[in-house]
Amino acid sequence: MQSLNTYRAGPDERGHFGIFGGRYVAETLMPLILQVEQAYGAAKADPAFQAEFRSLLAQYVGRPNPLYFARRLTEAFGGAKVFLKREDLNHTGAHKINNCIGQILLARRMGKQRIIAETGAGQHGVATATVCALFGMQCVIYMGATDIERQMPNVYRMKLLGAEVKPVTAGAATLKDAMNDALRDWVSNVADTYYLIGTVAGPHPYPAMVRDFQSVIGDEVRGQIMAQEGRLPDSLVACIGGGSNAMGLFHPFLDDKSVRIIGVEAAGHGLDKLHAASLTGGKPGVLHGNRTYLLQDADGQIAEAHSISAGLDYPGIGPEHSWLHEAGRVEYVSVTDDEAVAAFQQCTRLEGIIPALESSHAIAHAAKIAPKLPKDHLMVVNLSGRGDKDVSTIAKALGDEHLGGLV
Amino acid sequence: MSRIAKRFEKLKAENRAALVTFITAGDPDRATSQALLDGMPAAGADIIELGMPFTDPMADGPVIELAAGRALKAGGSLRQTLEMVAAFRKTDAETPVILMGYYNPVYAWGPEKFAADAARAGVDGLIIVDLPPEEADELVPHLRAAGIDFIVLTTPTSDDSRLPVVLANASGFVYYVSIAGITGTASAAQSAVDEAVARIRRHTGLPVCVGFGIKTPAQAAEIARIADGAVVGSAIVSVLAANIGKPGAVSAPLALVKDLAEGVRGARK
Repeated sequence: MQSLNTYRAGPDERGHFGIFGGRYVAETLMPLILQVEQAYGAAKADPAFQAEFRSLLAQYVGRPNPLYFARRLTEAFGGAKVFLKREDLNHTGAHKINNCIGQILLARRMGKQRIIAETGAGQHGVATATVCALFGMQCVIYMGATDIERQMPNVYRMKLLGAEVKPVTAGAATLKDAMNDALRDWVSNVADTYYLIGTVAGPHPYPAMVRDFQSVIGDEVRGQIMAQEGRLPDSLVACIGGGSNAMGLFHPFLDDKSVRIIGVEAAGHGLDKLHAASLTGGKPGVLHGNRTYLLQDADGQIAEAHSISAGLDYPGIGPEHSWLHEAGRVEYVSVTDDEAVAAFQQCTRLEGIIPALESSHAIAHAAKIAPKLPKDHLMVVNLSGRGDKDVSTIAKALGDEHLGGLV
Repeated sequence: MSRIAKRFEKLKAENRAALVTFITAGDPDRATSQALLDGMPAAGADIIELGMPFTDPMADGPVIELAAGRALKAGGSLRQTLEMVAAFRKTDAETPVILMGYYNPVYAWGPEKFAADAARAGVDGLIIVDLPPEEADELVPHLRAAGIDFIVLTTPTSDDSRLPVVLANASGFVYYVSIAGITGTASAAQSAVDEAVARIRRHTGLPVCVGFGIKTPAQAAEIARIADGAVVGSAIVSVLAANIGKPGAVSAPLALVKDLAEGVRGARK
């Protein structure tokens, strides 16, 4: 495919990135989706809205967060100079809050009183419950029963914040099923409810809107690396479930041709077994409001994904990633559960930073490629969230003996 | 003239509305589902909607969601759905059959090839829940070329500015989703339905059928007084679900269809 003058112009006015994206929703929702698009367009152009968004990011979320030079990981890898973008230091512990601040301001502008959201790892659920507490709005979170079990600390946090957590038992009871039930709720409560989608997927305008709110990550990295190293990074690495932390980091750099950009999907038990690598193992299809790469069978039935990380355990990916994949601008690779668990331990022991299992996928890929790169290669890895929520999953994966029988 | 147009012409002559019945293809297995489908016209169904099973039926309530799950578990697929229609056509050449479902299986089949294959099997219309007019261009021309009606859904949120956009693609009849919600849950107030049907009629001359939340013969009769058809799905599928593995798996749902048909047929007398 020929290279484009810009990779940052999408989507088109109908919400398409090439053949991807769009608005594949029930007619009941269409008028509301069009209203969200219109309201977001107006908010985006409104300096007062942008000022309030920036102010909350600074005063409430704690931005900018550091771009931290990971000296000991760099030494261990023995090659590229590795920097961690510390989204884990945000209020609520992940990048998810950036988007939630933006969307709650939009929901308020639209006069909506009730907020619904889906969550996988619970980070988006916690961030949504947090902004609902802050603005005094009713909050209902849909979460797969499997995920409730593996992310219990986040379930308690949501409840403490005043959210109602609704368990979803259909299918594999993970993120895909939670999104189905959130859409069912929305179609049944269109008049007063705003659906606060947590990733760069769903019907237009969500993929573009969530990307815009998350782009603060890449914008900060650009300024920080220029200040610290006097030049742009040579590579960016981020994990991808739906792909919001990755899109937030990548988008501001898409037109900087010298920057190699790598998205890391979850290979679960392995690409020949159960996994969640939609671009590597899927093909284009339509689900949850957009056309994108999906894990599916020949009949178009959606396959169950698997990842040890609840936040990556989804059979689809944001449509802009599908487009960037086909355009060849971003490389998409994958990392297994075992590799992610090893990277989780390595980062924890060497840097004293407990990364989320999701972010551990990005670190695992950095560990693979950094050793072969020169010492002056600047690599930015998005540490999209902290791993406190994952300790029981890790304990289970490593076994009792590993922690000296403490489990 | 299409089977759908012929059927509404006949019903108009009889001064009555259509009973439109829904089951999921392959639920709970191919044989039971085929027997149920084949028995529908004699029980009083005027038009049949056959659900194309899908793993993620986001606009459906638990009753239809579970039906799709049973069908898929028993080997149901889009291919099997078309085979069921072809088999039905050997017993019935007149009753319109409409496939209803989600876009991904159709997209995976290929819209152009699907339109041709569905027409060959004897399908008369298609309802795709998650394909609004904004995205329908890649399918609708192929359906038209194959002689299949694209049945559009209008909802309580389709106002006078939205209706023309939705109806631009419509043929066959218009399906009014009477509640803002999922299948098999709440029922709309009759006055709200009356008003909505009247509003839709100001925008189109197509027949208007009303569905979602119609469970009993009395409710079907109420709808049949003002609309051109009453659609019943979850209520029939519930009776099927309660009789799986029992002697009544086919006869019990058909008995409900018979009662519903009596309700619809008596509505304007």
